[in-house]
Amino acid sequence: MSTRGDKASMRDYASLQGSISAVVFGASAGGIEALSMLLAALPAELPAAVMGVLHLPRDRPSLLVEIFAPMCALPVQEAQDKEHIKPGHVYFAPADYHLLVDTGPSLALSIDEPVNFSRPSIDVLFESAADIYRERLLGIVLTGASQDGAAGLAAIHRLGGRTVVQDPASALVPLMPESARRRSPVDFVLPLEQIADLLQALKHGGAT
Amino acid sequence: MAAINYRSIDVADIELRLLVEAIYLRFHYDFRGYAAASLKRRLGTALIRFGCETLSQLQHRLLHEPAIFPALLDYLTVQVSEMFRDPSYYKALRDEVVPLLRTYPSLKVWVAGCSAGEEVYSLAVLLREEGLLDRTLIYATDINTDALRRAESGVYDLDDLANFTRNHQRSGARSSLSDHYTAAYGRAVFDKSLKKHIVFSDHSLATDSVFAEVHLVSCRNVLIYFDRALQDRALGLFSGALCRKGFLGLGSKESMRFSKHRDDFVDFVPADKIFQRKGDA
Repeated sequence: MSTRGDKASMRDYASLQGSISAVVFGASAGGIEALSMLLAALPAELPAAVMGVLHLPRDRPSLLVEIFAPMCALPVQEAQDKEHIKPGHVYFAPADYHLLVDTGPSLALSIDEPVNFSRPSIDVLFESAADIYRERLLGIVLTGASQDGAAGLAAIHRLGGRTVVQDPASALVPLMPESARRRSPVDFVLPLEQIADLLQALKHGGAT
Repeated sequence: MAAINYRSIDVADIELRLLVEAIYLRFHYDFRGYAAASLKRRLGTALIRFGCETLSQLQHRLLHEPAIFPALLDYLTVQVSEMFRDPSYYKALRDEVVPLLRTYPSLKVWVAGCSAGEEVYSLAVLLREEGLLDRTLIYATDINTDALRRAESGVYDLDDLANFTRNHQRSGARSSLSDHYTAAYGRAVFDKSLKKHIVFSDHSLATDSVFAEVHLVSCRNVLIYFDRALQDRALGLFSGALCRKGFLGLGSKESMRFSKHRDDFVDFVPADKIFQRKGDA
C-alpha cells in the first residue's frame, strides 16, 4: 500500500494545506476509472486550480468534460487558449493539443510535435506548470502504459513542488506510475483512496 | 533552496528576453510577442541541438555565428501539420462558405503562417473540387523562408499521405487525393496545376502590414503561439485584409474572445471557428 504509515501521511497532507496553488495530473490507460474516483473526491472549496492530461485518441473530440463534469463538485472545462487560470476549476487538455501553463498564470495550447508519442503530453503540462508555480505545485501521475509524466514529475520535484504517484500495485496499468517513481524522488506513493484524502486536505480548513 | 530556485527563474526569464531581443536586432525576426511557454519549450529543444547549456550561450553563438540562425528559426517556427487537419473545418468551408465564395467573379485567399504548406494544398484541392480554383489566387505566407521553399515544392513523405487521404475523405471530398499528386521514390509531389494558383511569400504577422484585399483568411493554430497583444495585431491585419462579408477561419481551439477586433466579426460556423467580417468597416 502506501509507503508511509497512514498517520504520518495525514500529518504530511496537512502540511500541504495553503501551500498549493495548482494541481496537475496525468493519466493514460485506466485513467477514466481513476479520475472518476479522484474528481468525485475534489472538495467544492478547493483553493487550487486543477489541470490534467488524459491520453486520448487524436482524431476525435474529447468527451472528458461531459464524462466528468456531472461527478465533480468543481466546474470542469476543456482548456481554452489564453484563458486565465482560476482556482477551484478543473481544466482538461483538448484532444490533439498540448496544454501548457504560461505566465499570468494562463493556459496555453500548442500543436508542437508529440512528446512520448503523445499529444497532449503529461510532461509538457508538468514542466511548464513547474516553471510557473514552482513550489506551489502538486503533480500526480496515475495509471498508464506509458512513460509520459516521469520527466515532468522530476521537473516539479526539482523546482520545489510536491509529487504524488499512484501506488503501482493499485494502478490498473502500473508502467506510468512506476516509471515516474524510478525517475526521481516522490513525496507520496499512494493508492487512489488516499490520493483522494490528500486532495481533500488541500481545502481551507484541511482534513478533519 | 527556494531562494536559488527563484533566482534561477529570474535568470532564465532574463535570458529569454535578451535572446529574443538579440534575434530581433540582428535578424529582424520578432518573437517578442510570442507566448512564452511554447517558446521556452522549443528553445529548450534547440539548446540540445546546438550543444548549449543556457540561452545566453545560444545568444552568444547566434550573434557570432549568424549562419546557424536558419536552423534555429526552424525550431522556433515550423509546425508539423497535416493536410485537412480537422476535416470538419474543411467540410464547413465546403458546405457553408464555398456557396458564398461562388458569387464572386474572382477570389483571393490568404493562408497566414503556412509553414510547410499542408493547409495551402488542402485549400487548393478543395477549391479545385468545388470548381473555384481557376478563378482563385492563394497567398501563402510565413516568416520562415526555408519553410516557404519547402511549401512551394509541395513534396510530402508518402507515409503521411495515408493520413492526409483519410482526412480528405472525411472533409466531403469530391475526388481522390491521389488525383492531385504524383507519387515517386517514397514522396508525393503536388501538381503544378495547383501551384500556379498559389503565391508563396515572406510576411510577418508581427511586423508587416496588410498587402491585399482577400475573401477568405485561413490561419489555423498560429495564434496559439502568440501572446494576446500579438494575437490582436494579427486579427487586426485579418480584419483589414478581408473584404466586407469575407471569411476568417481559425484553429479549432482558437478564439477571438480576448481581442478588441471581436466586434469586427460575427460567428459564421462557430463549431469550426469560422467567422465572417461585418458588412461595414
